[in-house]
Amino acid sequence: MTLITFKTRLKGAQKGHSLLKKKADALVMRFRSILAVLKEAKEKMCDEMRAAHVALAYSKYHAGDAGVSFAVQECMKQQPLKTRIRSDNVAGVAIPIFQRGDLLSGNDTAGMGKGGEQIREARNKWQQTLANLVKAGSLQTQFVVLDAAIKITNRRVNALDKVVVPKIINTLAYINSELDELEREEFFRLKMIQKKKKNLAEEELRQDELARQAGVAEAPSMLETFGADEDIVA
Amino acid sequence: MVIKIKEGEEKLVGVIGDEDTVTGMLLAGVGDNNAEKKARYGPNYFIATRDKHLDQLEEAFTRMTNRPDIVVVLITQGVANDIRHLIVDYDKTIPAVLEIPSKDIPYDANDDTVLCKVNIALGNGDVVRGKKKK
Repeated sequence: MTLITFKTRLKGAQKGHSLLKKKADALVMRFRSILAVLKEAKEKMCDEMRAAHVALAYSKYHAGDAGVSFAVQECMKQQPLKTRIRSDNVAGVAIPIFQRGDLLSGNDTAGMGKGGEQIREARNKWQQTLANLVKAGSLQTQFVVLDAAIKITNRRVNALDKVVVPKIINTLAYINSELDELEREEFFRLKMIQKKKKNLAEEELRQDELARQAGVAEAPSMLETFGADEDIVA
Repeated sequence: MVIKIKEGEEKLVGVIGDEDTVTGMLLAGVGDNNAEKKARYGPNYFIATRDKHLDQLEEAFTRMTNRPDIVVVLITQGVANDIRHLIVDYDKTIPAVLEIPSKDIPYDANDDTVLCKVNIALGNGDVVRGKKKK
């Protein structure tokens, strides 16, 4: 009965192991696809930032610091850029994805005054940069989450593979060997008893032989064996 | 680490950087003017000029990363290098800490904590620099 329990446990552990392995593979696939994109996004970010800074410097040159700060204050009055978090599910792991909310609508008052065109140009560049940065941030978060999840899953897979399953297999082997041992002992015991019985039977036979040889007359007749019986007329 | 994500909830972006970077970001519309949020958490941007002390930077970073309504914190690499010890120990999923280059400091990929981890994962990593997290 314990054997059955352990056999079931082994099957469970093996099934769990293969399922977890599949989960780890799915996670790693998603991970790798993000990795390349993330690296590229970060490198692109440098160029974009530089372009954005140039545009800003340009607009400062044209509109002066005051013009730019005025534009900034106008922007502050509006709703800030919002990102929405969506959660994606990869093989049971919830991964956050950042979705950029709506960009600021064209702020017309920023166009007034000197250098308005440059300011708008700068703002567009910065918004573009920001959008890419949000994307990069989103990829980064996904990367971190997947990394942690992969580590945990791999740990579990390895634990099942190297610790749990061998232990159960050992226990099963032990149980089987014990059962075999018991069976052998039983068999041996039976054989011993058989041998003893045979010896006893042989011994009796020999005794009879001896008795017969010693004196035929002395062989007990059936009448004597049964003793005096009043029914039997001798 | 379980992240509680409420689908569709709208979050903000935080910025810590030099004056030009923050100006540009505010121009793009990052600045939050919600009076109530400002009173509760303080502004979601921080201008790190040369005269700001280290603990002010640290405080701004901690404040922004503890806010539940900020989802990405953009930090220029100059500031990031100053508070590197905080960033390396930072292990929350949200908000994400993203290092951006600033105008005068060129982007150094070796300093970026996350890129280090990426490189380690890709197998061509500098193990000394990156810190393996359990």
